[in-house]
Amino acid sequence: MAFPYEHEREVRILSRGWGDPRTRTLEGWKALGGYQALEKALRMPRGEVIDEVKASGLRGRGGAGFPTGVKWSFMPKEKTGPQYLCCNADESEPGTFKDRELLRWTPHQLIEGCLIAAHAIQADHVFIYCRGEFFEAVQVLARAVEEAYEAGLIGKDILGTGIDIELTVHSGAGAYICGEETALMNSLEGRRGLPRIKPPFPAAVGAFGRPTTINNVETLCAVPHIVQHGGAWYREQGTEKSSGTKLFCVSGHVVRPGNYELPLGFPLKDLIYDVCGGFRPGRSLKAVIPGGSSVPILNAAECEDCTLDYEGVVEAGSMLGCASVIIMDDTTDIVKQVRRMVDFYAHESCGQCTPCREGTQWMARILRRIEEGRGTEEDMDTLLDLGDQMTGTTICVLSDSAAAPVASSIAKFRDDYLALIRRGERVGAA
Amino acid sequence: MVETVTLTIDGQEVTVPKGTTILEAAETLGNRVPHYCYHPGLSRPAQCRLCLVEVEGAPKLQASCVTAAMPGQVVHTQSESARAQRRGVLEFYLKNHPLDCPICDQSGECKLQDYVHEEGRAHGRSREPKRVLGRDDFGGDVLFYGDRCVMCTRCVRFMNEMAQDPRLTVVERGNRSVIDTFFEEGLAGSPYAGNIVDICPVGALVSKDFLHKARAWDLDHIPSICPNCSQGCNIDLHVRDNLVQRLKPRDNPEVNQHWMCDYGRHRYEWMNHGTRLVAPARGRGEGLATGTWEAVLSDLADELAEAREAGLGVRALASPFASNEDLAALRDLVEALGGGEIVFRSPRADQEIPLPGFPKLVRRRDLAPNVRGAELLGMRRVGGEDASGGLESLVGFDGILLVMGDALLDAPEDFGAGARVLACLGTHPPRVAAGATHLLPIRTHAEGEGTFTNVEGRVQRFWPGLHAPGEARPAWQVLAFLAAALGAEGEVPALAAEAFARLAADHAPFQGLSYEVLGTRGALVNDPVSLPGA
Repeated sequence: MAFPYEHEREVRILSRGWGDPRTRTLEGWKALGGYQALEKALRMPRGEVIDEVKASGLRGRGGAGFPTGVKWSFMPKEKTGPQYLCCNADESEPGTFKDRELLRWTPHQLIEGCLIAAHAIQADHVFIYCRGEFFEAVQVLARAVEEAYEAGLIGKDILGTGIDIELTVHSGAGAYICGEETALMNSLEGRRGLPRIKPPFPAAVGAFGRPTTINNVETLCAVPHIVQHGGAWYREQGTEKSSGTKLFCVSGHVVRPGNYELPLGFPLKDLIYDVCGGFRPGRSLKAVIPGGSSVPILNAAECEDCTLDYEGVVEAGSMLGCASVIIMDDTTDIVKQVRRMVDFYAHESCGQCTPCREGTQWMARILRRIEEGRGTEEDMDTLLDLGDQMTGTTICVLSDSAAAPVASSIAKFRDDYLALIRRGERVGAA
Repeated sequence: MVETVTLTIDGQEVTVPKGTTILEAAETLGNRVPHYCYHPGLSRPAQCRLCLVEVEGAPKLQASCVTAAMPGQVVHTQSESARAQRRGVLEFYLKNHPLDCPICDQSGECKLQDYVHEEGRAHGRSREPKRVLGRDDFGGDVLFYGDRCVMCTRCVRFMNEMAQDPRLTVVERGNRSVIDTFFEEGLAGSPYAGNIVDICPVGALVSKDFLHKARAWDLDHIPSICPNCSQGCNIDLHVRDNLVQRLKPRDNPEVNQHWMCDYGRHRYEWMNHGTRLVAPARGRGEGLATGTWEAVLSDLADELAEAREAGLGVRALASPFASNEDLAALRDLVEALGGGEIVFRSPRADQEIPLPGFPKLVRRRDLAPNVRGAELLGMRRVGGEDASGGLESLVGFDGILLVMGDALLDAPEDFGAGARVLACLGTHPPRVAAGATHLLPIRTHAEGEGTFTNVEGRVQRFWPGLHAPGEARPAWQVLAFLAAALGAEGEVPALAAEAFARLAADHAPFQGLSYEVLGTRGALVNDPVSLPGA
C-alpha cells in the first residue's frame, strides 16, 4: 500500500511504510527492521558514523543541499557543555508536503535518525521543531516518542550503551520564517522568530547559545538506512554528486499529484508524463517550479532535458530546493501565480531587514495592480530592480526567495505580463 | 599591548584594535557609514541593511556594523554597489514615509532626511498608496508617529537592554510590524524612557514637552553638565531666544555613556526663570537701593574691612548649585575675613535610580551638581533632606554673614537682622531680604562658565548658553574682587579659566588640574570616590 499513489519506478526507502498505520507503532516499525541501525550506530565510534554518512554523499534535503556528514563534522571536536540537535520539521515552503508524510507514517524512522545523528555529533538533547499547523502529525510523533521512551530507546543509557539522549517535540506557531534555521532556534528559545546574523554559525553558537546542528526531517530519516546498509549502498541510487533517493512532492495540473520517492537524477519529463500520468486531456505543459516556491520558474523548453538532481536543475536554470515540483499547464495565469507567491512572502517576512520588509509588500502591490490590468511597462523594470535590491542584501534568504519567481517569470513569460499590461488580457483562464 | 589590525577603507589605511567593526574603523577616519539600527550603546541586529559595504573578496555586500575588521581587508564604502544598495534601501524607507518634514520635530536632525538628501533618488518610483498608522501616545513624555518609523528597533533594544524595563516591542511582522507598548501599559514611570526619543533616528518618537516648540536648526547646542543631581551627566543645552528649550545627553563614557535620566532631562525651566535679581543693591530694609557695581562693592568692601577691624567673625551659607570656582572664591573671601565656617544645604531624594544596563549611571540621592565640590572645599552640609533648616548658627549671628545661592526659603523673617553685614549673592531675590545689607546678582550655571565636581570626584566643565539678565556677574568675580579689596594676595581673575587656575593652585584636591587636563570629558580630583559599576 502506498500513499496516495504509487508507481513502479519509485525506489521506496524512506516511504516504504507509508499508508500502513502499523508503521506508526514501535512494534510495526520494528517489524520492518526498525531500530537495528540505532543499535549498530550506538556501538560504533561516532567518527565512523559521520564517515559513513559522508561516504553516502547524503545532502541536506531541506533545500540547500549541503553535505550532511560535512555539516556534522563542523561541531566542536572537544565537547565543553551541552550540545543540541534540532530537527527542522517546520515544513512550510509552498508546494512541499514530504516531511508531514514522514512524520505521520514513519515517526519512528525520524526518531531513529535523530538519535543516530545526536550520537554522531555528541548532542545531549534533540528538539524536533514541528510546524504549528501539523496537528495530526505532531500527535502521531508525540505518541511514538512516548513509546520509544518507554522502550528505553530515548533517555538515559539507551540500549545499555551508556549513552544519554533526550528528545523533545516542539510545536511552532505557524510562521514560515521559523523554518529558517536560526529563526527556528530563536523560536525554540521562546523569542520572536527572527533569523540571526551569521557568523556565528549554529555549530558554534546555536540553540540556547550552545553548539547545534540542524537537519531536515527527510535528511535524518535517510540516516538509519545509510548506517544499516552502508554509504556505498546508498550511493547505488542517484547520480555521482546527488546520491540516493529523494521525495518529490508533485502538485499542480497533473493526473496523479502526490509524493513519489525517486532516485535523484530522474528526468523531469518522466516524472510529469509517466509517474504522474501527464496532464488532463487537451492540456499541455506551460511551466514548472521544480523546488518549492522560492526557486526560479522553468518554462516548457527548459523542462525538456532537465534531470532532477541538484546539478541538473541548476543547469536547466533553477534549483532543486526541497524538490517540490509545481506543474502548471497552459491554462495557468503566470502573473496571478507569481502574485500569490509574492503575497505569501510579504505576509511571512519577519520584518527585520528593510529590503525584505518593504520590498516584498511593494512587489505584491505592483503585481496586484498588473493583474488587475492597471500595470505599466515600467512596472516590470521596477519589479526587476526591486528584485536586485532584495537579493543578497538581507540576513536570511526570504527576500531572495520572493524575488526569484518574479525575476524568472518576467524573463520567461514576459508576454503574459505584456498581455495584461497592454490589453488587460489574462493569459490562461484559471 | 592591544592587538591591532590594519585595513584599507576607501583607499586610506587605518589601524584599529582587533575586534573593531568596519563601521567603527571607518568612523575613526571620519567616514560615517550611514546606518539606523546600529547604536554604539546597544546590541547589533544588523537589520536596517543601510551600512552594507563592499569588501574585496566577499561574494556579497557586508553589514559593516557587525563585520570585524580583518588584516589586509580592502573596503569600499563609496563603490557603485554600496551606493546602489543605500539608494535602494532609502527608497524602501520612503515608500511608506509620510514626508511630513514641515511639521515633524525631527526635521533638521533627521537621519532619513540627511541620508536621502545626500544620496537618495530624486524621485520615488512607488505608485502605491501609503500605509497609514497615525499617532500613538506611548505614555510618559513620548509620542509615537508610526508612519515615520524606520523599524530600526533602537527604542525596543534600549528598553530591553539598558533600562531593562521591557515596555516596548515589535508587534506583528513583515510590513505590518509596528513598535508598540503592551496593552494599556505605557512608558509612564520608566525613569530612563526619554532616551528613546534621543536615539530614534527619525521623527517616530518625539518628546511631548518639546513638541512643536522649536525647529532643530534654530537651536544652539551648548555643552553643559546636568545640574539636577550629583551624577554630573554631560549634556547639551538646546537654546533658542535665550531660553533653554530642552536638555539632551552628550556622550561621556566615564559618566553617562549616551544617556541621561528623565528626572534631569525635564528640569530645565528654572534656568529660564523670569524674576531675577538684576542689579546690585545696598542698604537695610526700607533703605535698600540699587546702585552701580562699583558703588555697591566698594561700600561692601569698606563695611567688611570695618567689621574685620572690630574683630567680628564671619560665617557663610553656600549652595551646592554653585561652581567650584564660586565656592573656592567664597572660601578665599572667608579666609581673608579671618576664617569661619561655611555650611550648605542640599536637597536629597529618598533613593537612587540606576540605569541597569550601565550601572555607573545613577540618578543620585543628592539633587545638586556640586555637593562633592563643596565638601572638598571644607564646607559642611546642614539642614534636612529637603534643604531646609540647619540655620541655627546663622540666625542670631552678629558678625559678617555671607549667603551665596541659597534663597533662604524657610529662614525666619528676621534672618540676619542682628548681623553687622549680610551680603546675599543670588540669582533670585532672597525670600527674606529685610536683614540684607547688600544684594549682589550672580549668574546661573547656564549663563556662566565653570566646573562642577560630581559624586565620583570628576571635575567637568560647562559653558555659557544664555545671556545673563541685567547686571548679573559671575560669583567668583565678585568674591575675588572683595577678597582683593581686603588685601588678599593675587590678581582678580578676569576669566573663568583664571579662576579655575587659582582654584587648582590653592586647593589640594584640585592640584594639578587644568583646562587641558579636563578636556571635554573632565578629570578626577586627587582623592576620587570609587563607584560600583565603574
